[in-house]
Amino acid sequence: MNRKLLDLWVGFFVAIGIAALLFLALKVGNLSASNFLETYQLAAKFDNIGGLKVRGPVKSAGVVVGRVSEIRFDPKTYEAVVTLNIDARYQFPKDTFASILTSGLLGEQYIGLDAGGDEKMLKVGDLIAKTQSAVVLEKLISQFMFNKASDGPDKK
Amino acid sequence: MAKRIVSVVAGLGRRVNDSLQRLGFAARFFVMLLVYSGQSFRRIHLTIRELFFSGVLSLLIILVSGLFVGLVLGLQGYETLQRYGSSEALGVLVALSLTRELGPVIAGLLFASRAGSSVTAEIGLMKATEQLTAMDMMAVNPMARIVAPRFWGGVISMPLLAAMFSAMGVFGGYLIGVVFIGVDEGAFWSQMQASVDFHHDVLNGVIKSFVFGIAVSLIAVFEGYDSIPTAEGVSRAITRTVVNSALAILALDFVLTSFMFRGI
Repeated sequence: MNRKLLDLWVGFFVAIGIAALLFLALKVGNLSASNFLETYQLAAKFDNIGGLKVRGPVKSAGVVVGRVSEIRFDPKTYEAVVTLNIDARYQFPKDTFASILTSGLLGEQYIGLDAGGDEKMLKVGDLIAKTQSAVVLEKLISQFMFNKASDGPDKK
Repeated sequence: MAKRIVSVVAGLGRRVNDSLQRLGFAARFFVMLLVYSGQSFRRIHLTIRELFFSGVLSLLIILVSGLFVGLVLGLQGYETLQRYGSSEALGVLVALSLTRELGPVIAGLLFASRAGSSVTAEIGLMKATEQLTAMDMMAVNPMARIVAPRFWGGVISMPLLAAMFSAMGVFGGYLIGVVFIGVDEGAFWSQMQASVDFHHDVLNGVIKSFVFGIAVSLIAVFEGYDSIPTAEGVSRAITRTVVNSALAILALDFVLTSFMFRGI
């Protein structure tokens, strides 16, 4: 086989291979959708993060605007410190409310940001002051049982 | 009785000794291979020729088996997922299992039996017919002229083949899930894109296939180079290539998986 034909075939092979990689990156993976080019960091403290994971989505009005980049435990206040990478295109007011929510009944947990009315915006490295922790099912049930019990038999 | 024990222990010792010696030679061989790679890159068409033999000629088997693996994953995945009413997650199942594990591993196994075995046979026969010795006599280094191009051809083509396998498998899953069974197309792709991460899943799969490519190519050229130069010796070397490559791929896969996907 002469060298030109060989080169042609090998070029064809490499081109298909790269096309397959691009397909995996863009169509199968999320390289096109949610890898933000520029991000800035915000922090938030929660009493309980439930099942939140690193790389979990941060959504506002249902749109993914960032990802969870780090979860730490603060030994002084006994709270969880969550660092968020927010897309640089989006700014949020100072009194934004961060809560840990669950998508669907048993889906993954994410952080929801509800914008407030403040005119000042959160800057890089700011702490989101108002947060709501994850709802832990066991606590909810025990609270419900406790209320039922305290209502007692006199309710009949 | 004592004589027998002595002979058993001596045999065991010889075996350990032999395999350690072989391991040492393999390590030395690998270093030599890397040292002479520079020389072989100066005549790049040798490597391109090997890319043709190990890459292009493996295209058909890789693409067809990728398609069938994807089809089977689609069918079986749908069968189980629809019991829990979450058949839209079919795309996630197919894409994650292919990019993380099945793509690199099955492509590696196919590559070892399709391309690795033929490299071993070629080098082994060259050794049996004393072509390697003849090259040495003509001051042509067989490491640079024969071994290094075959090694690099395998290392380069393996990640590309694994990517093609995964892409073809995802297409197979799409074919069964969306075209034949009728899973919602938008949900199929969007759920897949939401849970397949480029760095965590796709890139780690590529790294895996690259490592498998190095392992398989090294085993193939080494077994050929180290084979006993007889018909029987070459056939045994080819068997060893396929068996050792399969074991190496599966063991390395476990090690790499435990590094890459721990905890998260």
